[in-house]
Amino acid sequence: MTMATLGKIARRTFLIGTGLVAGGLAVGYYYYRKPYPNPLEDELAEGEATFNPYVKIAPDNTITLIAPRAEMGQGVSTTLAALVAEELDVRLDQVIVEHGPAGHAYANTTMLEEGVPFPHFDESTVAELMRSGMAVAGKFLGLQGTGGSTSIVDGFYKMRQAGAAAREVLKLAAAKRLGAEPGSLWTSDGIVTDPASGTTFTYGELAQEAAALAPPAEIRLREKSEWKILGKPQARIDMRAKVTGAPIFGIDVRLPDMLFATLRMNPYRGGPIASLDDADAMKMRGVLKVVKVETGIANGYAVIADNTWRAFQAADAVKAEWGKGTYPPDSAGIRQALEAALKEGDASYGRDDGNVETAFADAPRERIVEADYGVPYLAHATMEPMNATARLKDGRLDIWAPNQMPTMVRQLAAAAVGIETADCFVHTTYLGGGFGRRGDVDYAIYAAIVASKTEGRPVQVTWTREEDMQQDMYRPAALGRFRARLGNDGLPVAVDMRIAAPSIIGSILPRYFPSISPIGPDKSITDGSANQPYTIANYRVGGIKAPVSIPVGFWRSVGNSFNGFFHEGFMDEIAVAGGLDPLELRRKLMAAYPTAVNVVDKVGAMSRWGEKLPPGTAKGFAFTLSFGTWVAQVVQVADVGGRIRIEKVWCAADPGQVMDPAIFEAQMMSGIVYGLSSAIGEEITFADGAAEQSNFHDYTPMRIHQCPQIEVGILETAHRMGGAGEPGTPPSIPALANAVHALTGKRIRSMPLSKEVEFL
Amino acid sequence: MTLEETTMKLNVNGSEHEIDVETEMPLLWALRDELDIRGPKFGCGIAQCGACTVFIDGEPVRSCSVTVGEVSGAVTTIEGLAADGRLHPVQQAWIDEQVAQCGYCQAGQVMTAIALLEAIPDPTDADIDNAMSGNLCRCGTYPRIRAAIKRAASATAGA
Ligand code: FES
Ligand code: FES
Repeated sequence: MTMATLGKIARRTFLIGTGLVAGGLAVGYYYYRKPYPNPLEDELAEGEATFNPYVKIAPDNTITLIAPRAEMGQGVSTTLAALVAEELDVRLDQVIVEHGPAGHAYANTTMLEEGVPFPHFDESTVAELMRSGMAVAGKFLGLQGTGGSTSIVDGFYKMRQAGAAAREVLKLAAAKRLGAEPGSLWTSDGIVTDPASGTTFTYGELAQEAAALAPPAEIRLREKSEWKILGKPQARIDMRAKVTGAPIFGIDVRLPDMLFATLRMNPYRGGPIASLDDADAMKMRGVLKVVKVETGIANGYAVIADNTWRAFQAADAVKAEWGKGTYPPDSAGIRQALEAALKEGDASYGRDDGNVETAFADAPRERIVEADYGVPYLAHATMEPMNATARLKDGRLDIWAPNQMPTMVRQLAAAAVGIETADCFVHTTYLGGGFGRRGDVDYAIYAAIVASKTEGRPVQVTWTREEDMQQDMYRPAALGRFRARLGNDGLPVAVDMRIAAPSIIGSILPRYFPSISPIGPDKSITDGSANQPYTIANYRVGGIKAPVSIPVGFWRSVGNSFNGFFHEGFMDEIAVAGGLDPLELRRKLMAAYPTAVNVVDKVGAMSRWGEKLPPGTAKGFAFTLSFGTWVAQVVQVADVGGRIRIEKVWCAADPGQVMDPAIFEAQMMSGIVYGLSSAIGEEITFADGAAEQSNFHDYTPMRIHQCPQIEVGILETAHRMGGAGEPGTPPSIPALANAVHALTGKRIRSMPLSKEVEFL
Repeated sequence: MTLEETTMKLNVNGSEHEIDVETEMPLLWALRDELDIRGPKFGCGIAQCGACTVFIDGEPVRSCSVTVGEVSGAVTTIEGLAADGRLHPVQQAWIDEQVAQCGYCQAGQVMTAIALLEAIPDPTDADIDNAMSGNLCRCGTYPRIRAAIKRAASATAGA
């Protein structure tokens, strides 16, 4: 689909959430029913056979499974392969797992479904209809993406069906050779056995014949009780490569005759180039060219050289003058804009139960709790800086990139150099971290443009850490104003929340799809506040889009990353004001959702909540339901000579079903460290129109000596399946803030906490 | 300028290499872009993250912040660890504890951990914190790094 037709369809857009674009359902129906071609057909080796977009088998028994989601550390390649292997009857150590090409057959429909503005637990007809509508749209747009903690939910049926379908045709092929009934044959470890005769065939022997057969229309997927691989910890398929320093990342790509380049984009975000003087740079050793890179995303220049460091040096030597951006130039001005939006902006209500106005109208002053909260912009700071490698030769564009959105890379990089989408080929490498940053595709578009200036030679474009930090698509800053009216029992009878933040979708759409105007509410502004399973008679949560044009994007757990802090920090204040234990308050307010109460009870037991603590230590609690996973956490902190040490975190999580408990545990730990890291010292500030932080000396993620012990307990009672990559993050931040309050008596309502207390 | 002055010798993983680069080029970029040794990763370029850690004469250094001209000893990168295709015990401990997530920091983590265990065979938590705090991990693998170092320490003690 070209950008023009995409724009036309999307002009009929009826709803935009965080899950990108939906629309044109009537038009879309036809395309939806027409199956996408199997992208593996085009790339089979001699003698190799493919059964569906997820399975290839070669005559030498090389079995290749396609895990078409970005592996950025979350273990998705292992678990997606396990889903196929479970039904295909092969061991994980028998298979090769590849990401595979960019293809519409690999659309992530779940990611779009979850973009609808209904809470996860609302299964009313409307919510279900909307979810299925979004899924149709996702397939229609063919968006292959990794995000929203959706990969396993999305793959749970698809991947197992792919394995089962391939297994069944392999059995059919064996049955034909033997003249036996396919139902009488056994499969295991990549072999079909006829127990009657003792004859065996390897999958490789049968692959060619089997691939020509149609699988039976109905295949029963195995019951959980029959699983051999799923539900048990597996050795990750990428572990050996990663402990040996193997060249698997974007910056490790090497191609014959490859050039090395770097970028400098205008630090005044979105501003134009005023002037460039590359005379000094061009005299430097190894420098081939300085070229302008001008896009709707950012404007700047690239230096193309024969070594990355030489490109870095020469980029410093280019004298550039930059035009200004359109946002307030410093953090104080940005805060004013957010405050104005919070005060006067039009809110759209993600939740409006009862009648909040009436409930507050006659409230006695002493029954009211009020608080203002705030969070700063944050960088993603993936360990691997942004990069991509591109080659434009004879009308064909190849892109090697660590990215979360291959179909979007394909479409937009092709458009940037004026070729058809069909002539662009995306090779997704391993990602040295994603956290949502690589759901943007700016780095790939820039690399394509640079490759259009190298006469067909491939070029690797590596950003410096400084560029990575200053050209990030930040987690938006946000402000919240909250009030509650307490009843005589200490429980809230009314809660009113207003939250203002720049809209993420309102930032992403104009930079990639300028013809589409983002309309409707941005549910990410209230995600984590408007959709929590609390029952409060009068309960209103409004989100306001703040008009600040600094580029923002998806950051691990998106709106939940700040609403978790807002909602649960404020709930802790309500508990304190009402004289209730924070866990007891949750048990009462979430009584209608047993899954929520279960994780509260579980983390209470794990952490021995309520037991007397040694002097100088304290605990804090928080709960967030996000991405379908119910998570309760307790953080314990200690006073060490006036500084705070985060000693321990207990986490109880219920994602419904866990495919790999060890990987799930690792994801919870990772999400917790990512959240705590932001809370103890991360902040992007602005001065003179540019971000002030540039590298890890002034943007300071958590280091090992600051990392607490983490204990994770898993429950599997929720009846819908949730994600793993993000839900650990949101409650970690308020649980720490609440623990700091319990320890010091200081209620810190603004992140990072390190502005008011010192951490070890 | 004579050829001897612009061509430098580097001993990496037991092999002698002659490279013609500026003396002020950081070792990291000479390894990656000139010698095609890509185990050391680029994370910050200013000695803040440890992703580029290599040994020079057995001492861990940040290869992004040492120039080629400053290198006088033998360089070992993660590629030089495995003997006869067998993993170093620390790498094995990393696999046993399933440490890596995205993996980008892990070559540097493994190198630093090996240096720690050579200096202190049975490190305490405080020793681990001290030695490893220069190596960032954005994926938060720290708890499993601690477990893997302890596992490697007891494996060596038992051997
Ligand atoms: S790249 Fe050398 S310490 Fe970060
Ligand atoms: S494993 Fe990803 S940065 Fe450490």
